[in-house]
Amino acid sequence: MTSADAHVVIVGAGHAGGTLAALLRQYGLAGEITLVGEESIPPYQRPPLSKAWLKGEADAESLALKPLEFYAGNRIDFRPSVRGVSIDRARKVLALSDGSELAYDILVLATGARPIRLPIPGADLGGILELRTAADAEALKAALGPGRTMAVVGGGYIGLEAAASARALGADAVVLEREPRILARVAGEVLSNFFRQVHEGHGVRFLTGASVTGFRGEGGKVTGVELADGRVIDCDLALVGVGAVPNQELAQEAGLAVNRGVVVDLEARTSDPAIFAIGDVTLRPMPIYGRDFRMESVPNALEQAKQVACAITGRPAPAGETPWQWSDQYDIKLQIAGYNFDSDQSLVRGDPASGHFAIFHLKGDQVQAVEAINSPPEFMMGRQLIGSRRPVDKQRLADTSVSMKEVAAA
Amino acid sequence: MAKITYIEHDGTEHVHDGKTGLSVMEVAVKNNVPGIDADCGGACACATCHVYVDAAWLDKTGDRSAMEESMLDFAEGVEPNSRLACQIKITDGLDGIVVRLPESQH
Repeated sequence: MTSADAHVVIVGAGHAGGTLAALLRQYGLAGEITLVGEESIPPYQRPPLSKAWLKGEADAESLALKPLEFYAGNRIDFRPSVRGVSIDRARKVLALSDGSELAYDILVLATGARPIRLPIPGADLGGILELRTAADAEALKAALGPGRTMAVVGGGYIGLEAAASARALGADAVVLEREPRILARVAGEVLSNFFRQVHEGHGVRFLTGASVTGFRGEGGKVTGVELADGRVIDCDLALVGVGAVPNQELAQEAGLAVNRGVVVDLEARTSDPAIFAIGDVTLRPMPIYGRDFRMESVPNALEQAKQVACAITGRPAPAGETPWQWSDQYDIKLQIAGYNFDSDQSLVRGDPASGHFAIFHLKGDQVQAVEAINSPPEFMMGRQLIGSRRPVDKQRLADTSVSMKEVAAA
Repeated sequence: MAKITYIEHDGTEHVHDGKTGLSVMEVAVKNNVPGIDADCGGACACATCHVYVDAAWLDKTGDRSAMEESMLDFAEGVEPNSRLACQIKITDGLDGIVVRLPESQH
């Protein structure tokens, strides 16, 4: 479908929505573009909020995807501080939280995900924070500082990145993880152990197998986290990072197919041909793994924005991609390619003690995923091997005297 | 402040002013220059802001870091004047710099 003069309405002005608006102009869409965002500021990058921005190494201007004047200059009607509340698919009209309506030819849902809130006593106390938006990050930064103690509920990437930033700001950090190890849902044991040791070396404390049952407070402010075993961990603030759920209600109430996310195809189209969905809110097919799943990552948001921009402007679809993501903690760059589905073996290349190594997750002799620590060649070549499905020689892969180029060439 | 000329693979030129301290990648992205994807936003994690620096400017842009070197080693179409634009910080000395973009970023 080519719709060169269609009116495209994008609901959600995060990384996915903002990128799509810019790409549509870059690809020559002549029609109107309306970009509706719940936050008061134009689209920005979220990854630095727990990293460079939190440490004061990046400012608001560098976070912004585009300067504010970009939108008017490119005929993108950016509407901040407003939400989509319902979709009338028969009339092709989106109703907004300010009472107005927007008629669309093509609607794109880029509503993202929201942090899970713990339904436990004391959860509404002051000083209990989450980290998703720039406003959340402002609140976290204001609460951190020398001598403060932050309890991190949930040992996932956001919590660990925030803990690293807190240490850089002179605050103490204690991570409370329900599972027996940190990063249990998203990484293998070797990587979990490595990160725990690195953080402990920087003075972060860990309690694993720690089930949080409530928060204690005084004068409306959090003072401690209660654990199931009766212990109370004192803190000045608590950051809750226990996962996110897709903002799929708008789609669901409009009768679109949803299943732990808005269901889309490889063009990011929903069950209604006039409605696309992109980014964290979607459940999408990933052909190299033969399954559908929901990814929460910037590369995925950008990829789906490209898919939709191509579909709307009649360009050929982008080539199938290999998903990837990254994390920065202290002086460590973690780059992950692929997802660890169906693997039957994990192989470590390099010595974790050296701070440069990679973990390859294999299914037979095919690479399913690679976690690379300060090891760009393993990440870059691993990503290509995942995409190509080419078999590898495991002995050579485990041997660091054989370069990654030689491993891939064999 | 520096004037930066980006030349797409098809020869299309884009000229933009870049503030000192920003990177050559950031100025391209903020001005919607096609051909620089910059998926990771400047974390030197993805090699999708690959550019060719015009010979006259190569010395002034400094050396590649080890991480950049390593990422570039696996990018497509790498030449001796290849850089990751996120790693070139703008200084007054770069006023007038010309960078050329590869056919695609992978």
